[in-house]
Order: sequence, then C-alpha cells, then structure tokens
Amino acid sequence: MSTVTVFGLCAAAVASLGLYGLITDPRPLRKIIAFNLLGSGVFLLFGVVGRRGAAAGIGNDPVPQALVITGIVVAFSATALAIALLLRLFQTTAFLEPSIRAAPGDDPDRAAS
Amino acid sequence: MSIATVFEIVLAAVVLGLGVWTIVVPETFSATVGFVAYGLLVALVWVRLDAVDVALTEAAIGGGLGGVLLLGAAARLRDADLMAEKTPGTLRASAAALSVLMAAALAGAVLVLPDPAPTLAPAAVAKAGATSLSNPVTNVLMAFRAMDTMLEKIVLLLAVVGVWSLASDFAWGGRPGPRHEADPRGVLVFLARLLPPIGIVVGIHVLWAGADQPGGAFQGGAILASMWLLAIMTGLADTPSVSLRWIRLILVAGPGLFLVVGLVGLLFDDAFLSYPPALAKPLILGIEVTMTLTIAATLGLLLAGAPERSAQP
Amino acid sequence: MLPPAPALEAITTPSGFLLVPSIAVPLTGVVLAFVLGDRYVRLVAYAIIPLGLAIAVTILVALRQSAGPLVYLLGAWPPPLGVALRADGVSAVMLAATAVVICAVAVYAHADFKDTATRAPFAFWILLLAIWAALDTIFVGGDLFTLYVALELLTFAAVPLVSLEGHPDTLRAAIRYLLFALLGSVLYLLGTALLYGGYGTLDIALLSHRIQAEPASFLAAALMTAGLLAKTALFPLHLWLPPAHAGAPAAASAILSGLVVKGSFFIIVRLWFKVMPALPGLPATQLLAALGASAIIFGSVLALRQQRLKLLVAYSTVAQLGYLFLMFPLAFEASGKLEDGNALSGGLLQAVSHATAKAAMFMAAGSIYARLGHDRLTDLHGLVRTMPLSVLAFALAGIALVGVQPSGASLAKELLLRAAAERGQWWWAVVLEAGGMLTAAYVVLVLAHALVPTDGRIASTGPALHVRNIAALVLALCSLSLGLLPWDSYLAVSHGSVSGFFAVETLTKTLSSVLGGVVLAILIAPWPHPDAYLTRWKMVASILGLFQRSCHRSVGCLERANHVLCQWPAASMFLLILALLFGALMVGAHTFRPG
Repeated sequence: MSTVTVFGLCAAAVASLGLYGLITDPRPLRKIIAFNLLGSGVFLLFGVVGRRGAAAGIGNDPVPQALVITGIVVAFSATALAIALLLRLFQTTAFLEPSIRAAPGDDPDRAAS
Repeated sequence: MSIATVFEIVLAAVVLGLGVWTIVVPETFSATVGFVAYGLLVALVWVRLDAVDVALTEAAIGGGLGGVLLLGAAARLRDADLMAEKTPGTLRASAAALSVLMAAALAGAVLVLPDPAPTLAPAAVAKAGATSLSNPVTNVLMAFRAMDTMLEKIVLLLAVVGVWSLASDFAWGGRPGPRHEADPRGVLVFLARLLPPIGIVVGIHVLWAGADQPGGAFQGGAILASMWLLAIMTGLADTPSVSLRWIRLILVAGPGLFLVVGLVGLLFDDAFLSYPPALAKPLILGIEVTMTLTIAATLGLLLAGAPERSAQP
Repeated sequence: MLPPAPALEAITTPSGFLLVPSIAVPLTGVVLAFVLGDRYVRLVAYAIIPLGLAIAVTILVALRQSAGPLVYLLGAWPPPLGVALRADGVSAVMLAATAVVICAVAVYAHADFKDTATRAPFAFWILLLAIWAALDTIFVGGDLFTLYVALELLTFAAVPLVSLEGHPDTLRAAIRYLLFALLGSVLYLLGTALLYGGYGTLDIALLSHRIQAEPASFLAAALMTAGLLAKTALFPLHLWLPPAHAGAPAAASAILSGLVVKGSFFIIVRLWFKVMPALPGLPATQLLAALGASAIIFGSVLALRQQRLKLLVAYSTVAQLGYLFLMFPLAFEASGKLEDGNALSGGLLQAVSHATAKAAMFMAAGSIYARLGHDRLTDLHGLVRTMPLSVLAFALAGIALVGVQPSGASLAKELLLRAAAERGQWWWAVVLEAGGMLTAAYVVLVLAHALVPTDGRIASTGPALHVRNIAALVLALCSLSLGLLPWDSYLAVSHGSVSGFFAVETLTKTLSSVLGGVVLAILIAPWPHPDAYLTRWKMVASILGLFQRSCHRSVGCLERANHVLCQWPAASMFLLILALLFGALMVGAHTFRPG
C-alpha cells in the first residue's frame, strides 16, 4: 500500500467519523469537536490529492497545500465563533434558569442545536 | 512492505483510534484532550504527505490554538455535559450506516482518481520567478491565489466582529475574557517569563523562513499568539479593551495593507493584487510581516472571547 | 491531453476591472468601519453604499456594451494557477438586485442602528457591508475555492446578525444556523477536493471543459449540491431558517431572507449550469424540483399555521425558496444538458423578485413589531388604521410574491410555465399554479387580520417612522414593477408572447389564485377567523366547519412531520441521504442513458 492509499483511506474514515459525531451527539460542544474532525478529514483528502500531484521536485502540489492552510484558518474562525456563541448562551441561560438544559431539540423554533 | 509503509499504517491507525475516542468518549473534556492529541499526530501525517507548511499550520492552529479554545470551553461548560439526553439507538445506528456508506463512497472516489494525477506544481515552480520567493506554497498564498488569502483575512476579522457582538451591552468596549491570576512563584508564571522572548524569536524566524522554506505568516502568527496567551493566562498581561484604536488598527492592518497593495496594483501595475516583479519580494514580505501581527492579535483575541468586563472599572 | 483553455475566458476584458471594486469597495468599508469604530460605522456605511450601487449600475451598462462576459484575472495570473473574476448577465442582475436591497435596508436601518458607542450598530453595519462583499464575490467569482471562502464569509457575517439581540432563543437559533451551515460548507469543500484531484483546477470555465462523467465527479457534484442545499435551507433541510430569520432584528431578517440564502442558491446554479451541465441528468433535476415542490407545500401550510407575523414570513421564505428549484428540470434540454433559456431566466427572476419582495415584507413586519411591541397575528386587528403605510407595503410585497402582473414573479412564472409547456412537464405547471394560490393564502390571512375593523384602537408602544415605511414601500414597488424591465439584454427571455396586463386571461388567472388563496386560508389557519360575519350564514359556516376539521387533521400530520424534520439528527441525516441520492441518480442517469 502506498502513502496515498493509506492516508486516503484514513481521511475518508476520519471524515465519516466526524459526520457521525456531528449527527448523533446532542451536545453542541461535541458537535463543534466533530465538525473539526470532519474538517480535518477533508483537509487530509486535499493533502492526499496534493501528494498524488507531486511533481517538479515538490513532494506535494502547492496549490492544495495553500487551500488547506486557508481552510484550517477558516475552520478555526468557525470554531471560535461557535464557542463564543455557546459560552454566551450558557451565560444568559445560567442567569435565567439553573441549567442550560432547554430540552435540546424539542421545539424546532427554540431548541438548541 | 517497507518500514515506511508499516509506520504509515500504524500512524493512520493511531490517528483513527484517537478520532474514534474523541467521538465516543462520554466526557467532553476527555474528548477535547483526545482531539488535541489527534491534532498533533495529524501534523505528523502532513509531514509524511510532504506538506510541511500544512503540518506547521495544523500543529499551531488546528491542534494547538484550536485545542486551547476547545479545552477552555469544555472547562467552562463542564456541568452542561451531564444534562444532555442521549440520542436513541436506532438513530445512532442509521447515522453510523450512513457515515460508513459515505466513507466507502469517498474512499472509492479517492482510489479511482486519475493516474497520472493532474498537478499545478510545475506551473507554480515555473512562475516562481515573478515573486523571487522560493517557497511555492507562499507563492500560491501570496501571489497566485492572493484573493483567497485576503478574503480569509476578512473572515478572521469577521469572526472577531462576531465574537465581540456577543458581549453584553454593559461590557461593550471592555476587555475580553476573565482576568487571570496565577501564583507569581508558580511554574506557569516562570514559563510565561521565560518563553515569550524565545517564542517571539521563533515566531519571527518562522515568518522569515516562510519566504524560502516551510513557514509563513500563519505559523509565525500562531506562535506569537500563543506567547501572548501564556502571558494573559498567568496574569502578566491583560487583554486589551476592544475599543482601543491601536488594537483595532493591528486587527485590520493585514487585510488593509493587502487591499491597499491590491488597489495600487490595479491603478499603477498590471492588475489588482499583482506585484511589480522588482518590488514583489519586499511587498510580499511587508504584507506578511503585517499579517503576522494581525494574525497574532486576531487569534489571541478570538481565544480571549467576547468582552466581559466593562472598560471603566 | 487536456484541451487548451478557451481564449475568451482567460483574458481580462476591457471593462473587466469593474469587477474588482464591486468586491473591494464593500471590503474597504468593512476595514474602515472597524478601525474608525463606534461613532463612525454608520457614516462609513452611508459613504460606501451609494458607491457600491454606482458600481453595480456601471457593470450593468458595461456588460450591455461588451460582446461577452466581463473577465478579470486577479494579479494578471491566468487560471488554473490564478483566480479569475467573471460576470455574465446573470451575475450583473444579481449584483444590481443586491445593491438595491442593501440600499433599502440601509435606509430602513437608519433609526434602528444609530451612531452611538454601542454594540449593535457596530456589528450591524460592518456585517451588512461584509455580506455585500461576500455576495458580490459569489456572483463574480470564477473559482470554486474562492466561492467557498466567500460562502464562509457570508455565513460568518450572517450568523452574528441572528443573535444581535442576545436573547437565549436567538443564540440557540444562531448556533444551530452556524453548525448546519458549517456542515453544508464542509461537504462543499469535500467536493472541491475531489474535483481538484480529478482535474487539477477549480476554475469554473476550465472545469466545464475538463469534467467527465466519472465516479469522483459524480460524488463531488452530489456532495456540493447537498451542502449548498443545506445552506439554502431547501426543504427538508430548513430546520435552521425559521428561528434564525424570525429572531433577527427586522433589518437583518430582510437581508438574511432576501439575500443571504440566494448566495448558496447562486452557486448551485453556477455548478449545475456552468461547471457540469451534462453531469446531473434528468432524474437528479426532477428530484431537485420535487424537493422544491415539497418546500412550497410545507412552507406555505406552516406559514398559515403560525401565530406570529415574523415566523409566518420566515416560513414563507421556506416556501419561496422551493420555487427557485423548479427551473432545473425545465432547463434540461434534449441534448442531455442543462442549458440557458426561459427556465433559467425564470428561476433567476424569481430569485430577484423574492429578494426584493421578501425584504420589503420583513421590513413591514419589523415596523409593525417595533410599533406594537409584538407581532401576534390575532392582535393585529384594525392595524390598517394605525399603520396604513406598513400594511400597504406588506400588501404590495405580498401581491408581488403572488405573481400579479407586472411583478417580477409573474414574469418568472410565465417563463417557467412556457418552459414546462415546451418540455411537456405539465406537473410543474400545476405546482406553479398551486404555489401561487398558497402564497395568496397567507398574504390574504395577514391582510384579513389587519383590515378587519375593531372598536378599540391598537395600543402602540413605539414611534412611527415614515422613513422605514417608505424604504419598504419602494422595495415592494420595485418587486411589483420588475416585469416591466428590459431583461433581454441580460437574461435569455423571449419576449414575444408576454400577455398584456389587462387581458381577460391574466385577470381571471390572478383572481382564481387569490380566491383559491382565500379558501385555503379559511380552511388551514388554526384560529377563529376575522371572518366573524360568516357566522351570520350558519349553513355555510357549518359546511365549512366540516371541511375545516378534515383539513386540520391532515395539516396536523404535516406539522408533525415538519417537527421531526426540524430535529437536528433527522435533518443532518437527510442531508447525507440527499447527497447519496443525488449521486445515485446521476450515476443511474449515465448508466441507463437511452441510446
């Protein structure tokens, strides 16, 4: 098995793990972690694609590398924004009621994700 | 099977195992720890894929600062964990089936990608002369696809705006995050006094090296940001008020300079975001230095969170 | 070997430089507003917005004089290494519509987000400009990854707008919106990775020449489509939209509902019509339109069941988004490709007219909320006397949505009907007609409540602001007169047989959809109607009651189904199922292609 095959399979598996977590875990913070895992799988896939395109003395096509670097920064920003929202929700509801348990997912118009 | 292949299979298996742990472990805090470990090992995968620039970024931003962000949130949300209801088993089973199907489809698609693979590596190398930088990734980021990089700087800026917009009205204009105090004789404070000078030197080196070797503004910025955070966490420094003009200037300096250079290119040179060949290297390095500062400030403030303390004590 | 790049799309055209300021000007606004800070944000926005409008108009003029699309190579690097900006007629129309809606919203928001050193105005004006920059990038971006970054920019600008008021409910809505949007964009990104792996470029023009019917491109197309559908909130992926759009401040709702969801829709259009017109095949387009039809039914019926005006308008958006997807099977030519024509023009006109009308509707609803301190439908009786202008704006926007001549929606409907007749797909014609009736139903419902006479005056808590009403009115009138504009220089519109305004046929059509709407409103809406006078005719009322009860039962089922679909696990699994289904249909269409 070549590098590309091993890590290609690994990328696909990691991405689907992230998908599974994102779908099933009711806790928003766990969804954020799962999203990061999913994103990491997608980036790895880009890496595998770039590795296949090694040429001209460069071991990994620089264009996918640049795309992944941009993608990592965007994913980090998304994580920061999501966590800030979550902490703010925790603050406001902790102030209003004893827990943030607002019956997750019960009422489509009010439910936490 | 060569030793390298065995190593790669083991690495992939460990990465996958950490991924599974991150998803299935009941406590969120353990999951974050798992994710940080995962991030560090994925950086190794990137090295194996011969993408050292990405490896540095993944270690610094994906695993490092992202991990700090998640750990902080997990610590603050700890009791929210107990309250969550479990997703019913049938749902989980069908989600698992769907995910496995997706994984199979993806794996299949990756395995049948065309051979020889299409690549832009030769083109990127051939055009490198226009910027006289020899790191092809920096060339792609700063020249060929400068538009994406500029937009992504705006994304970071918007994330800051978004995070700040979550302040309560009374804390608006104030300092982000709680004030940290640490035992002044503790080991953390010792580290916080010792590490930043080293970190700053390393950060600047990574930035500088980025012109010709792996490294660059993101990686350098992330290192600087982590030094700043260390100082904040130990109480040696405090987060700045978000209404301060200088902090705002630093936050927009990167994208702002990008825009200015772009517009100057539009007016006096070939095109928006083109660099005159003679000035390409100094211009790009100038933008990168500014961006490093901006990135360091942005990452630090994103980690610090929404303003929580009023500007007037 | 790969075919050589087509020359036309790889050179900067003479007026191509105009595309740069369409993105750079709002971005400059973002940067300036951020630095100058609290007291100057609105000032910066008001300086930038007219400039942006002027640029959009200039692009319209320049495109008319240019032989083909405007092209601009950023940094003078030709694709595939560099990134190109391209604007055809479709982009120019969307740019102009966006500029107009942003202007109206800026006027509307004048009083809500004053120049004070507080949090909300700072965020609002910066985010408004950022949304503009992101949308413009989406409309002119020529590279799939640039579109991805722009799409994320759009999401990051839209999400904080939802939670601007900081209530726990809006925070929950924002988290849900952000997470679902992120899931969507990751799937899109996954698709781009596969496309790059297959073809070594993400440039739209180059890809359209290189793309083949292969497993990787089918999977990429399916993943990207599903991800973008999640961001567009097409049924059954609409879980995030109603709480987010109803919870945001009115000016923000107008932008979110009118413009933001059109960004991802536009990328789907680019993907299916430009990148891979031969790839989807007829079954996938039929699935897309079937989802659209379900959106129309679910969205409209749920709109009729809402107790709050803003939620009603938000569910109306769910329904109207469905319309946008009816064009796909109608654009499918015998050649096995999706092609520009009446169907595409109809769909895009629908997008433009919905952008203007829905923004106006949310603005009117926001004025009502601001004045009364609530937006409970049953407490709006007699509103027309207190707030005649707001009710008028809502009514005009509603009429424009229903598709009364000469609104943009009516022209769009006509184009789509014509395409349906040409293709012999009569069932979509039925959906179009029924959709008009359903739209009429909820518009009539709101107006009936507002127009019903009451003895007491409505208690108003807030001030009356005429500027706001005028902004909403102008936008509604815009939408209502869109059908009169000369579209043929930008979109493929065959003008020949557009029927006259006062032709008997047109009038009867309009009347029948309004009457049908009245009946539906009476049958489906949950509470005792403002049609109290009906009780005088006991016979009619009792017969009606019979129908009403059976209607309520079936509507109850629909509501329960919607409730399930609005749960996170169900919605996200549907997202994956749709991705797999699209992939399977595309593969199937190519495997069992006749001949």
